[in-house]
Amino acid sequence: MSGAKEIRTKIKSIQNTQKITKAMEMVAASKMRRAQERMNQARPYAEKMANVMAHLAQANLEYKHSYTESRDPKRVGFIVVSSDRGLCGGLNINLFRQVLQSMSEWRDKGVEIDVTIIGRKGLGFFKRVGVNIVSEATQLGDKPQLADLIGAMKVMMDAFSEGRIDRLFLAHNGFVTTMTQEPRVDQLLPVSAAEPDERLEQHWDYLYEPDAREVVDALMMRYVESLIYRGVVENISCEMAARMVAMKSASDNAGNLIDELQLVYNKARQAAITQEISEIVGGAAAV
Amino acid sequence: MANTIKVEIVSAEEEVWSGEGTMVFAPAEMGEIGIAPQHAPLLTRLKPGEIRVQQEAGEEQFFFVSGGLLEVQGHLVTVLSDTALRAGDLDEAAALEAQRRAEQAMSDRTSEVDFAKAKAELIQAAAQLRAIQKLRGKGRG
Repeated sequence: MSGAKEIRTKIKSIQNTQKITKAMEMVAASKMRRAQERMNQARPYAEKMANVMAHLAQANLEYKHSYTESRDPKRVGFIVVSSDRGLCGGLNINLFRQVLQSMSEWRDKGVEIDVTIIGRKGLGFFKRVGVNIVSEATQLGDKPQLADLIGAMKVMMDAFSEGRIDRLFLAHNGFVTTMTQEPRVDQLLPVSAAEPDERLEQHWDYLYEPDAREVVDALMMRYVESLIYRGVVENISCEMAARMVAMKSASDNAGNLIDELQLVYNKARQAAITQEISEIVGGAAAV
Repeated sequence: MANTIKVEIVSAEEEVWSGEGTMVFAPAEMGEIGIAPQHAPLLTRLKPGEIRVQQEAGEEQFFFVSGGLLEVQGHLVTVLSDTALRAGDLDEAAALEAQRRAEQAMSDRTSEVDFAKAKAELIQAAAQLRAIQKLRGKGRG
């Protein structure tokens, strides 16, 4: 009966694992809902910002900001948004693959690469790969604060305005549905010109306080930051969705394993009983 | 509708408030400004302080901002409020910190406390206190 006992302990341990994965699935589901809410809350700011940018494109601006300036790329920057924790399926790996592909395209053209990492998983990965990491931000938690990102972002944005990098890309996961997340690499800098707002009349300018240059600087900076922040928030939604799906399939797998083991266990038990009976019968016949 | 102006206050993390007001006061960088309906288009930076929106019923709404941008577009006031403290040297410190962490991730080192951060936090705390005191004074009166 030794085989049956072993199988029983195995079933027990799989059941325990299943309990954990089920719990993680439910936690991820509720966190995903909250992350999606945050994604929606971040939307008005991005929309208002885009509006102001459109107005600004319409206004007769005498000052051209460095973020709009397009240069021949000699060195490019990537901001890679990843999750802090694992157990979320292929989410990070899919993104990294996309990033590496785009990186190798640049490298083939003889362009050098700087990287800013957001999230622990990305840090671990790109450290191993051996790219030049110029700044990082990790341990943002489920509720990322813009304040925690400022430093990491500024390193890259300064590098752009000082001409050390000529392009800046943001790599993050885009939330399509709960089941699908799409790795994306978008260009942040130079910013593409905003569409002028048609409803406003031509030929006017803002009053700027203190002056156009400083205000536009502040605006541009916040615009790019809001794009990055949005990417981070969206990535968290993706992380939760991916974790939920991964944990659900893990729970299902555990269920299948338990069913199979249960069958094996039953057979082993029956065999043991049959053997015992035949031994008794055999013994009785011998007497 | 000519005597009200639409006000929208948003931060990167959430929509704070939106509604109609007869007059808006904001802590612009060059001093407090008041915006009446039909104000000329204006774009300005804000410093930490409070935004007051006077409404038609004589009510007044208070909001604390730790800086940001304000846009006036005749019919609309948009406040793009910062959620974080922003100051040139503070941002610089944050950038250096992020850079240092990246270097540290490759090799290990310890950090120091920086004064720029402490200073900017003090400024914000003071502005917050002033806003609270004003609100309290109003509550009693």
